[in-house]
Amino acid sequence: MNSFFSGTRLRDMIRAIRACKTAAEERAVVRKECAAIRTSINENDHDYRHRNLAKLMFIHMLGYPTHFGQMECLKLIASAGFPEKRIGYLGLMLLLDERQEVLMLVTNSLKQDLNHSNQYIVGLALCALGNICSAEMARDLAPEVERLLQFRDPNIRKKAALCSIRIIRKVPDLAENFINPAAALLKEKHHGVLITGIQLCTDLCKVSPEALEFLRKKHTEGLVRTLKDVVNSPYTPEYDIAGIADPFLHVRLLKLLRALGQGDADSSDAMNDILAQVATKTESNKNAGNAILYECVETIMSIEDNGGLRVLAINILGRFLSNRDNNIRYVALNMLMKAITVDAQAVQRHRATILECVKDSDASIRKRALELVYLLVNETNVKPLTKELIDYLEVSDQDFKGDLTAKICSIVEKFSPEKIWYIDQMLKVLAEAGNFVKDEVWHALIVVISNASDLHGYTVRALYKAFKTSSEQESLVRVAVWCIGEYGDMLMNNVGMLGVEDSVTVTDSDIVDVVEIAIKHHASDLTTKAMALIALLKLSSRFPSCSEYVFSVPSIPCNSIRLMFFYHRGTAFFLSCIKRMRFQLRIKDIIVHHKGSLVLELQQRSLEFNSIIDKHQNIRSTLVERMPILDEATFTTRRAGSLPAAVSTSGGASLNLPNGAVKPSTSLLVDLLDLSDDVPAAPSSSGGDFLQDLLGVDLSPAPTQSGTNQVQKAGTDVLLDLLSIGAHPVQSSSSTTDILSPIQNEKSPIATLDALLPSSSLSAQATSAKAAPVMDLLDDFSPSPSKPEDNGSVYPPLVAFESSSLRITFDFSKQPGNPQITIVLATFTNLTPNVFTDFIFQAAVPKFLQLHLDPASSNILPASGNGSITQNLRVTNNQHGKVFLAFTSKSIVMRTRISYKINNKDTLEEAQINNFPRDL
Amino acid sequence: MIRFILLQNRQGKTRLAKYYVPLEDSEKHKVEYEVHRLVVNRDSKFTNFVEFRTHKVIYRRYAGLFFSLCVDITDNELAYLECIHLFVEILDHFFSNVCELDLVFNFHKVYLILDEFILAGELQETSKRAIIERMGELEKLELKSQAILSVKLTCKNLDSRSQFRLPSPSLSPLVAA
Repeated sequence: MNSFFSGTRLRDMIRAIRACKTAAEERAVVRKECAAIRTSINENDHDYRHRNLAKLMFIHMLGYPTHFGQMECLKLIASAGFPEKRIGYLGLMLLLDERQEVLMLVTNSLKQDLNHSNQYIVGLALCALGNICSAEMARDLAPEVERLLQFRDPNIRKKAALCSIRIIRKVPDLAENFINPAAALLKEKHHGVLITGIQLCTDLCKVSPEALEFLRKKHTEGLVRTLKDVVNSPYTPEYDIAGIADPFLHVRLLKLLRALGQGDADSSDAMNDILAQVATKTESNKNAGNAILYECVETIMSIEDNGGLRVLAINILGRFLSNRDNNIRYVALNMLMKAITVDAQAVQRHRATILECVKDSDASIRKRALELVYLLVNETNVKPLTKELIDYLEVSDQDFKGDLTAKICSIVEKFSPEKIWYIDQMLKVLAEAGNFVKDEVWHALIVVISNASDLHGYTVRALYKAFKTSSEQESLVRVAVWCIGEYGDMLMNNVGMLGVEDSVTVTDSDIVDVVEIAIKHHASDLTTKAMALIALLKLSSRFPSCSEYVFSVPSIPCNSIRLMFFYHRGTAFFLSCIKRMRFQLRIKDIIVHHKGSLVLELQQRSLEFNSIIDKHQNIRSTLVERMPILDEATFTTRRAGSLPAAVSTSGGASLNLPNGAVKPSTSLLVDLLDLSDDVPAAPSSSGGDFLQDLLGVDLSPAPTQSGTNQVQKAGTDVLLDLLSIGAHPVQSSSSTTDILSPIQNEKSPIATLDALLPSSSLSAQATSAKAAPVMDLLDDFSPSPSKPEDNGSVYPPLVAFESSSLRITFDFSKQPGNPQITIVLATFTNLTPNVFTDFIFQAAVPKFLQLHLDPASSNILPASGNGSITQNLRVTNNQHGKVFLAFTSKSIVMRTRISYKINNKDTLEEAQINNFPRDL
Repeated sequence: MIRFILLQNRQGKTRLAKYYVPLEDSEKHKVEYEVHRLVVNRDSKFTNFVEFRTHKVIYRRYAGLFFSLCVDITDNELAYLECIHLFVEILDHFFSNVCELDLVFNFHKVYLILDEFILAGELQETSKRAIIERMGELEKLELKSQAILSVKLTCKNLDSRSQFRLPSPSLSPLVAA
């Protein structure tokens, strides 16, 4: 077969490819064709070069590689004939782009062709240059193009103008060369040349301020006149579209006028009339007319202020917005976004319509409208708008929810008038589209929640309810799990109820259910599961009062005594303990279950948490403390969820010291015995309690040998237990002291201790602590015997401050059930013969305390103790009942400042009060 | 400015793709795929504008063909929509009652028409008649060259192979050659 018949015609190849039934077949055909073309290229076959290239272009369009044809393009371009050049340039534009090295080789051919005598060939070269020109080519060929802007044939002029646009986009430095020839094009009558000239000028204005200035000065008038001519031109069939002569030219002219008018009052003024004419006269029943109106509105919005025109423009937009054609509504929304900076009030008028557009079925319109609504929101309308948007969230498309939630969250965050509203809205969003919100959103929400201490209970309940209905929303689950971990106790006990909410009855097992669902849900990812694990750990200590029994019971042999103790406390208590044991065991189960998790993180955490629950009771509560500062509700919850209040004993052993020379050990002692409060030190306190119990049982009769034995035996166990789990030796000593002191037996506790301590295998900390308890014991016995009181917290009044002129006494009282809150009644007495006026008492406390000052009874203090001012101070001790490994617990310290006037003379007294009873 | 022009059928086969910005081949295919996915399922009542990455696509459907223009976000959508229609009218005029097959078999001519209509991503000529006339001139020029070429080819073949075969004059040189 000879070369004339080798290969197929283009048409045949296309047919063959179209006939292919499968992709594989098509590939085979293309492969065969490509092979034939390569052979033909290798044979340097001139005659079929352009046919081969045409085939390659088709193959390229189908997505096959055709790089081997690139050189053929160059050869065709270099050939003499018009058809070859034509197909060569076409191939150049399709197969190559400006980044290919090969393109360097074409510059010379292009230069020759730009100077060619045949204007059609010049046209081809310009066309190729306009479409693929690189910066280097732009520099090399700019003079030719510039010259061609004045070519006699309009087809060349318009091509050269567009080429110039490409050149100045690539190399803005070349702009100044084009200013004059471009301006000359503005006087053209030929529409094609005029429109390309206008486009060139618009681009020149963008890249060169001189060009802008020049055109503004010299050509604004001319352009206005041109536009006037076009607007008023009679029917021209050649350019007519829907009864409008060349809408494209209109649009381009308006665009250039916009560039000229922006920021320049004079030129804006010059175009006012024609803009008004276009805005009023243009027919708006066809797309072409609307395109002009749209462009005109944009120009009016952009040029310097003219009130009347803007009203006209906004009215046009209003009309667009109510148009039935979606395209028109779309551009109206688009333009209103720009208008909002000009006249927000006018745009607000269309709010209802815009809000409707958010709910449109067309995603493009929805997106525009949503962005517009976002701009429309302000403090006054945030609530109704947010409500509308959230309502719509329920029914919106899945793929729109991402955008919508992002905007709602942003609006809510930006304009929320109050925290509760913020939390409410965010919960709604999370419940509706929690899977679509970004991580920052729920992170921020958690921050807000944790800061709104008065709303913790409300929030956690709301989250619990929301979780019940939409547990598939990941972000909601995370926030819920976090809050339940932090504030699970509030959920169960309806703490901090607001007037607006209904109470929910939630048991501890319901709460664990929630976390369990979260952790077991197949769709939950690692973060959620990890958060759920932490929540479990936290929950295990949120209701911790009985946990020690659960985990320490097996390690203590004398269960019968333990049970006696339980019975001693009442059946109800016993039952509640059993319930709690079950609760704790469940949590442990879930955690243990994850010990086998394949995810390293979960496995490691569950192992750690398990060992915290099992072996590190003493530090667990400190480990899982609430994230922010504890608030007062916590302890109420704990008490309610733990032991009956009756146990709250307080020793007050050596508290009768006049000015509060309180020994740390005393307060610890009291503290420890105040079992119900003693949550963090739970195991030790229980141990102490057992000891007390045991000793109490033993001591009621005269101590006998057998009793001592029992004490020794049981006591050792208890102590062992206590010490091995890292409890504080002081407790054992103190509890012993407390029990023994009434019977004035000074020796026996020490003896007991001496007997106990060495015999027990002491841990390091116990050894280090050993000396101290003995000291404490001895200290404690020196004052008069303590009087154990069964209930009610009684603290001696305290002279907090005394100077030559003023005495302050504090009386303490505690509300039952609120051990961390102390009510301090401050009484101020005037010791001078002068009346104090404008009496103000101020106080400050360290961070672990919260102080609330009620108003004073008066601000005038009568002279010589003839009366007094009283003022209530409410001190909340967040550290109350927390005993650290050190012996001291933090006690209340207060810095005060008293200012008053004696005979209108300002007096200021300051003092630090640190002699408060230790256990407040 | 127009970033690219795509002509695709409902199945997503590209019938014409013209890029005025440099893109890698792989990127081009991705763009074509994405644009097709964007426009193919839209309701006819929907807007003809879809946001695409940082730009927007103005598209219009004629029978089974989608004409899509990717333009800057600030461009006048309505004007470009009109522009698509004008292009279709030109094609219709040129091929007299254009159908998809015309565009497949004469894809190179479609490119040539497009080059007379849009250049460097901007509108070059707004008169249908001017473009058709220009195309006519170019075709005539090509036929003239083609006639010379055919004769030359024929003579060459006659000389070297002693075979005689007259090329059909009605076919364009690209198709016949």
